[in-house]
Amino acid sequence: MRFSLPAASHTGLYRPHYEHDACGVAFLVDTAGRRSHRIVAGGLSALCRMDHRGARGADPHTGDGAGIMLQIPDAFYREVVDFPLPEPGHYATGLVFCSDDEIERVRRTVDKYALAEEATVLGWRDVPVNPDCLGHTARGVMPRVRQVFIAAEAGLSGLELDRLAFAVRKQTERELRERDTSAALITLSSRTIVYKGMLTPAQVGQFYTDLADERVTSALALVHSRFSTNTFPSWPLAHPYRMVAHNGEINTIRGNRNWMTARQAQLATSALPGRLKRLYPICTPGASDSMNFDEVVELLHLGGRSLPHAMLMMIPEAWESNTSMDPKRREFYRFHASLMEPWDGPACVAFTDGTQIGAVLDRNGLRPARWWRTDDDLVILASEAGVVDLDPATVVEKGRLTPGRMFLVDTDAGRIISDDEIKDELAAENPYADWTHAGLVRLDALPEREHIVYTHDSVRRRQITFGYTEEELRLLVAPMATKGAEPVVSMGTDTPIAGLSHRPRLLYDYFTQLFAQVTNPPLDAIREELVTSLGLTIGPEHNLLEAAAASCRQIELPRPVIDNDELAKILSIDADGDMPGFKAVRVSGLYKARLGAEGIKSRLVEICRHVSEAIEDGVRILVLSDRDSTADLAPIPSLLLTAAVHQHLIREQTRTQIALVVETGDCRTVHHAAVLLGYGAAAINPYLAFESIENMVRHGVIEMDARQAVENYVAALCRGVLKIMSKMGISTVSSYCGAQVFEAVGLNDQFVHRYFTGTDTRLGGAGLPEIAAEVQQRHHAAYHSATTEKKLLDVGGEYQWRRDGEVHLFNPETVFMLQHSTRSGQYEVFQKYSRTIDGMVADSGALRGLLELHSDAEPIPIDEVEPAESILARFSTGAMSYGALSSESHETLAIAMNRLGGKSNSGEGGEAEDRLDDPLRRSAVKQVASGRFGVTSRYLTSADDIQIKMAQGAKPGEGGQLPGNKVYPWIAETRNATPGVGLISPPPHHDIYSIEDLAQLIYDLKHANDAARIHVKLVSEVGVGTVAAGVAKAHADVILISGHDGGTGAAPANSTKHAGTPWEVGLAEAQQTLIRNGLRDRVTVQVDGAMKTGRDVVVAALLGAEEYGFATAPLIVSGCVMMRVCHLDTCPVGVATQNPTLRSRFTGKPEFVENFFRYIAQEVRELLAQLGLRTMDEAIGRVELLRHRSDLAAGKSARIDLSPLLSHDGLTPETPRRRLRGQQHGIETTLGWRLREQARPAIVNGGHLTIDSEVSNTDRSVGTLLGAEVTRRHPRGLPDDSIVLNLRGTAGQSLAAFVPAGVTIRLSGDANDYVGKGLSGGRVALRPDPQATFAADQNIIAGNTVLYGATAGELYCSGQTGERFAVRNSGAVAVVEGVGDHGCEYMTGGTVVVIGPTGRNFAAGMSGGAAYVYRLDPMKVNTELVDLDPMGASDIALVAELLTVHHHETGSAAAARLLSDWPRSAAGFTKVIPGEYKRVLAENERRHAEQQAATDPKEADHA
Amino acid sequence: MPDPNGFLHHRRELPPRRPVPIRLMDWKEVYETGDEGRLRDQASRCMDCGIPFCHQACPLGNKIPEWNDLVRTGQWREAARQLHATNNFPEFTGKLCPAPCEASCVLGIGAETSEYGADVGAVTIKQIEADIAARAFVDDEVTPRPPAELSGRSVAVVGSGPAGMAAAQQLARAGHAVTVYERDDAIGGLLRYGIPDFKLEKDHIDRRVDQLRAEGVTFVTDCRIGVDITMDRLRQRHDAVLLATGALEGRASDTPGHQLRGIHLAMDHLVDSNRVVAGKAPFATIDAGDKHVVIIGGGDTAADCLGVAHRQGAASVTQLDSYPRPPAERDPQHDPWPIWPTLLRDYPAHEEGGTRVFASAVGEFIGDDAGHVRHMRISEVIVDKSSGRRVVTPIEGTTRDIPADLVLLAIGFVGTEEQPLLTQSGLRRDRGAIACGPDWQTDAPGVFVAGDAHRGASLIVWAIAEGRAAAAAIHDYLGGSTPLPSPVTYDAVPLGR
Repeated sequence: MRFSLPAASHTGLYRPHYEHDACGVAFLVDTAGRRSHRIVAGGLSALCRMDHRGARGADPHTGDGAGIMLQIPDAFYREVVDFPLPEPGHYATGLVFCSDDEIERVRRTVDKYALAEEATVLGWRDVPVNPDCLGHTARGVMPRVRQVFIAAEAGLSGLELDRLAFAVRKQTERELRERDTSAALITLSSRTIVYKGMLTPAQVGQFYTDLADERVTSALALVHSRFSTNTFPSWPLAHPYRMVAHNGEINTIRGNRNWMTARQAQLATSALPGRLKRLYPICTPGASDSMNFDEVVELLHLGGRSLPHAMLMMIPEAWESNTSMDPKRREFYRFHASLMEPWDGPACVAFTDGTQIGAVLDRNGLRPARWWRTDDDLVILASEAGVVDLDPATVVEKGRLTPGRMFLVDTDAGRIISDDEIKDELAAENPYADWTHAGLVRLDALPEREHIVYTHDSVRRRQITFGYTEEELRLLVAPMATKGAEPVVSMGTDTPIAGLSHRPRLLYDYFTQLFAQVTNPPLDAIREELVTSLGLTIGPEHNLLEAAAASCRQIELPRPVIDNDELAKILSIDADGDMPGFKAVRVSGLYKARLGAEGIKSRLVEICRHVSEAIEDGVRILVLSDRDSTADLAPIPSLLLTAAVHQHLIREQTRTQIALVVETGDCRTVHHAAVLLGYGAAAINPYLAFESIENMVRHGVIEMDARQAVENYVAALCRGVLKIMSKMGISTVSSYCGAQVFEAVGLNDQFVHRYFTGTDTRLGGAGLPEIAAEVQQRHHAAYHSATTEKKLLDVGGEYQWRRDGEVHLFNPETVFMLQHSTRSGQYEVFQKYSRTIDGMVADSGALRGLLELHSDAEPIPIDEVEPAESILARFSTGAMSYGALSSESHETLAIAMNRLGGKSNSGEGGEAEDRLDDPLRRSAVKQVASGRFGVTSRYLTSADDIQIKMAQGAKPGEGGQLPGNKVYPWIAETRNATPGVGLISPPPHHDIYSIEDLAQLIYDLKHANDAARIHVKLVSEVGVGTVAAGVAKAHADVILISGHDGGTGAAPANSTKHAGTPWEVGLAEAQQTLIRNGLRDRVTVQVDGAMKTGRDVVVAALLGAEEYGFATAPLIVSGCVMMRVCHLDTCPVGVATQNPTLRSRFTGKPEFVENFFRYIAQEVRELLAQLGLRTMDEAIGRVELLRHRSDLAAGKSARIDLSPLLSHDGLTPETPRRRLRGQQHGIETTLGWRLREQARPAIVNGGHLTIDSEVSNTDRSVGTLLGAEVTRRHPRGLPDDSIVLNLRGTAGQSLAAFVPAGVTIRLSGDANDYVGKGLSGGRVALRPDPQATFAADQNIIAGNTVLYGATAGELYCSGQTGERFAVRNSGAVAVVEGVGDHGCEYMTGGTVVVIGPTGRNFAAGMSGGAAYVYRLDPMKVNTELVDLDPMGASDIALVAELLTVHHHETGSAAAARLLSDWPRSAAGFTKVIPGEYKRVLAENERRHAEQQAATDPKEADHA
Repeated sequence: MPDPNGFLHHRRELPPRRPVPIRLMDWKEVYETGDEGRLRDQASRCMDCGIPFCHQACPLGNKIPEWNDLVRTGQWREAARQLHATNNFPEFTGKLCPAPCEASCVLGIGAETSEYGADVGAVTIKQIEADIAARAFVDDEVTPRPPAELSGRSVAVVGSGPAGMAAAQQLARAGHAVTVYERDDAIGGLLRYGIPDFKLEKDHIDRRVDQLRAEGVTFVTDCRIGVDITMDRLRQRHDAVLLATGALEGRASDTPGHQLRGIHLAMDHLVDSNRVVAGKAPFATIDAGDKHVVIIGGGDTAADCLGVAHRQGAASVTQLDSYPRPPAERDPQHDPWPIWPTLLRDYPAHEEGGTRVFASAVGEFIGDDAGHVRHMRISEVIVDKSSGRRVVTPIEGTTRDIPADLVLLAIGFVGTEEQPLLTQSGLRRDRGAIACGPDWQTDAPGVFVAGDAHRGASLIVWAIAEGRAAAAAIHDYLGGSTPLPSPVTYDAVPLGR
């Protein structure tokens, strides 16, 4: 029996380790350490108030997991156990989950290890539970809950006893695991106890009757409620764990695990007696990221460090580029960076050892956490405000956790210990600065080496050896060397994936980058660079548990790519024998080419042995090199070489003793560098790329100094790697190294398992023989050639079609046939087009080419198949913004789809007012992307569907960018921006850092238009199925799975080619996971990604999609010829340009697009008829009508196995395979609904209405439904203050989201995150409760990401707010008394007055609007785009007026103070305004004045 | 990265041609040598398309975007290398090819409708090619590349036109011993005597012949296979034979009076004239001097005759075409971009004089008493091809007579000439040309075919492409391990055909 729902069988695509969770977390503590049941009860009720942060699956009564951690309620246990207990603190206890038949085994095992560790098992207790309250799913897998008590024979207590209990528990766990039982020891501690399970928040207190007992007391309670992306949560996976409860995600977990494994060999500490080896593995295999995290914290803590110290090692704040940090603290972090890489990802981790309780936030501040202190010593910290009802009069102080900061309450000391105090104390513990100064070696301090220049012929030959193409040099390497940035390409990719390609491909190409979507956010490396770091230390690590001066004897590199001279320095670092700790050796990675795969295999074995011996001999720097190949010796792909050695050393647990440097000829692109780092290289020397650049400089291809060119290229590589890391939400190279955030596609299991252990590969494919053959082809071309013609490189043709290059599905022939057929209306020509495409697809063009349709049913006459009209309703065009596309092409698509009954998609650029209500020209689908351009109440209410873009195929995990040259006035108007100033959509939605945030946005949008379907657009990658399940649980109506290949947008070259997987895989995984979770019937599944023919649609339908999107093909029909210059505004056919000259060349017509879709529908009907199906509904999800082609005998594609896609295990005819019912959004029961109904008469009839109401944190999106109703009836809003809501209490998230003009919301109390999100003209005023005694301006009043994407309206906050205040504001006015980090980020319009402190990175990416900040610290401003000016006369008047309104609306004392001394206090303000924006304003003013001057005389004439 | 805005800054522009009165006084080439700055501007108009349709339209697969960019940045040597990688004789195509690449240039889309001038018109690809080739010779980039080692196999190439020469070069460089047999007295095939010097001066051929010789190719002239050496002998002597004998059988006229003197096949006129220019004959036997010349046909050959007639001092030249005047711009309905459109093509020869009469055909040649043509009776006609056959119907009441002392028939070629070589080998024919399989091998083992002999009269660029492809096939047949480039398949056709 398992205490989890059965995970998937392995025939499908589902992989359990991609489960994600996010959650609500909270703690209550009596700072004075007084134990009471009140704390326990408070914890439980806080848990219930975060119910909306958790989720449920198909069974509404089964939660994803919840739990509570308390101090040991000694008095209670003493009374309920039937055996004597030693004095408090002298015994350890904990719950155990097991099945009835495992009780004995568990007992025996615990006994055994207790004996071994000199402990006594005092006894067992059956923990009373109440299964009746459980949902049937949870009850079905409910374990027996037992409780064990042990004591040390030596009478130990506290920490000492916990160390012993740790030893008992670790060994017991390992044995139980090895014996394949599912029993779990939840905790075993003398200090804390955890009650948890597969419960809803409310069930925790009901299920464990202990918790209701008044005798159960604690001075602290840590609670957690979980939102899992699927419904296979299990009892043990609930939080809290032993030391922590974690709200977030560790993105670097694979690497962290590997590194911990490697470190084990060197661990030693006197704190933990005995051989540590018996306690290994430290990180339980197969456990969740949170659990592994907890295990390492536990080790560090029990190993002798304080809990805060352990936490700071795991989650250091962003110190690398923080120049204002106290030097001592910097050195503390710098020292610890050489001990351990950060565990990186969005995280709010609450922790306790029973005495101290605290929380720490990740360096990005991607999780919310608020705290309160009352006058009776109660401290509460929670994911959101309002989880505990407090008398406002008792609140003394409140605040929020800020990025990288720690919040700590010490019940012994009886007080809150400040972040500074904790860190200062830790930094002073040791002379870290002395240690790092003596230990860390900087490269620039080493002596220079002679630079070697290679001849053209030598470079050329090696370029051929390593498969360089003409295209790579021309399109990638040269631009990187000249511009210092990776080039951008457009229109996605239409070439085969490496695993299918007929051409020899580099091993790198078989790996696709993973990226964050929904469950964890990508980072914004563009605007929030301060949290990222490319620096790292390489060299031997030492004992993690007993750090000392020698621990940091390493080389410090500013970045992971090193040039040839730097490598030479490293290689000769110990040449004189004066740096024995850095003994370096170069190992050749060549093999005898004629031996093929066997040659590689045996050479790798030899290399690994050699390396092990070298380490034994004291070598500490290992350079793997593929230099010096000859006619006989060929290079092992450096990725294989690196990964093989890295994995070998991890297995051997010696990896941390050496620095692994790779000297590689095959690495030249950003993706290559990223994969090498991801598989264990600490530093890369892409020597041939450098030599190629030098060669190009010599030949005049690159016109600049060679040194500069190489420098630029390195910068471009590093910047690119940073961006790839950011996509996955990883901020430092040191934790990216070895993190293996890749999926293999087209490689077989054995090969991947052997050399890339831990990487997923689901479709089989090539192995060593194929890889060796590809190496040999290149090697042969370099050393054996047919003719004497001058050697040229292979043409490539990966990015641009070439006759001798890679296959492109869109090529001259197919583009011509597609255009010709649809334009001339010839279905026969279209069929020829489709046959050509399908033929190429079958010849390894795409995965679906490996499948064939088959049916036992008789074909039916085509007229029995449902008509084309009903099929057309399932079609949509892709999300392409007005701005990227010309109005001509954008409207052509819209008109065609509206006429056909399909749907066009606005893309993320808003929609011009005159189109919103035009039934012919409107876009039925309105997209909401991270930029929120033009996302107004009006825009949302006019949508049939609202699509949240989480990722896009061309560049998943990245933001969008509309370069300034495309921001023409008409585009700027639609987007509320400034013409000529570039617009950036941030990589993450700043209101979605986790799955529960997405649920909230869905909730918001449902309130903004309750008639619209809400879509969530995801991109195919491994794990997308679990994300889809989570999205279904978050109440999305439609889930769109995009293939990696689609995507029309401009994207960095590596993203287009190497991120994401084909839609076939993602769709099948989503379908399988949704079905398995019983969620399929409540959502519609849509698919897109370079769909081209009717066959594509039918394959997608059979794999489970109900709706189908097309983007590239309709664009081609409209005239696109795949120039791939969309980002340059030079589209010569007027499709993707705003240049009027070029737009005049647009030749598309809606009729052509209509023809296209009709032809597709016709082909679909023909195929359905062949399959004997009468309707699409009959086809959807009928995966059994697809089978793997049996006629593939040769080539790589024959080795691909698509059977996991076709798995229909457990599917019966009754299993719902498509949407059969809808989501229960539950908005009818909300406060918002009641308010709308109350207001409806006033909205309809006009007049003024005031409503007073209480509000609590569970009332979310208050005012939004009402606002939507106003917009529907009055598109331009109502007169000021027509409807006034006076609220009192703590408002839930998204107060007043999208509220239009005429609606005023005043709140007395507290507000949570996202106040005024998308504010569209309404007015919002927040003030503390009238009874509050604290100073409003010193305390927090609203959470993070307030006013995100607001377009108009006013917000007044009497108090401070959290991170990212007014991010992407494009028109709203706000007054606030303090903001967190990243204030006014990406702002393009509006006015913000800040009369209190600002956090770091203020005004990053701000390209419009103005901010007025009182007593601004200029160091806090990101001055890339903005100027800091004094206020002018008009500014002074404006600010005074706004402060007056602020005071009037909120009674702000701070405003009053400033105004009382006006205008003297005005001198304290700084105006923050974008320079470019200022110039545009000035220009407009000048023009306006000129016009005035020109018209004035005329007027005079008239007079 | 190419300049994405180049095409917005520069309009399409060809180099100047020498003034008509001056150029009519000699046989030198019409175009003046390019000016580098202007040419680089023209090259900068290339947009480096994601799908370069030009590259597709070129049978050779010339890497047009690549060398456009190299020219833009002044990397002439590298451009020459790239050009020679796909094309053995870029100076031939640069001067003579009708440039299907330009017809499919993206910049040509919508040219017919756009009201904006500056950006319209294909990149001048052909001119850029010609200039790269010219510079390559100046820069000594065109040097012999003899093989490092020989394969020990030998190949006979019959015919020394562009297909034969290209194949010979490819094979020689791959180490095979190649002998080229030419029935005429000089190497070059159609290029030598079929193309007037004002389009291609003959030293261009000579220096290529020198290059090939230096690479090991043996040339045998004045040698008719089938007569001087039998096919059997040839086959026994070499490991493989490539037939690149052209398709010179001109279409004759069966109009009443066609047997009159003064009526000649266009090619006879051109060869006659070219031999004079080459100094191989003292005077022309088919001389247009002071005559009223009528050229029947509207294609390239007709234009060549036109230029020759003017240079010979014709009294008048009339060009007669049975088809209606084609549109000056692409008709997107009929000939959608990027396929090769039917257009009224103006060659330099047309600006030198003459009258073009469209939709008209000759009904009768009228001779004088001496049996020499003097007039032609022509009518306006309607040509109907809907039945699959070409039906020409005169329009009543439009008949008129025009003077005609010399009539040149430039109405196409029907295929390979009947000759002993073919009769001896008994090869299967397909629509007048020699049939072959996917490996370019004819029915006779070891006997391959390429160029017009296989395709029927076509473009030089096709001839070179087929020569390269057949060479690759022969190399493979001879057991070569690493493949040679093979730009076209035996059944390749242009897009949309």
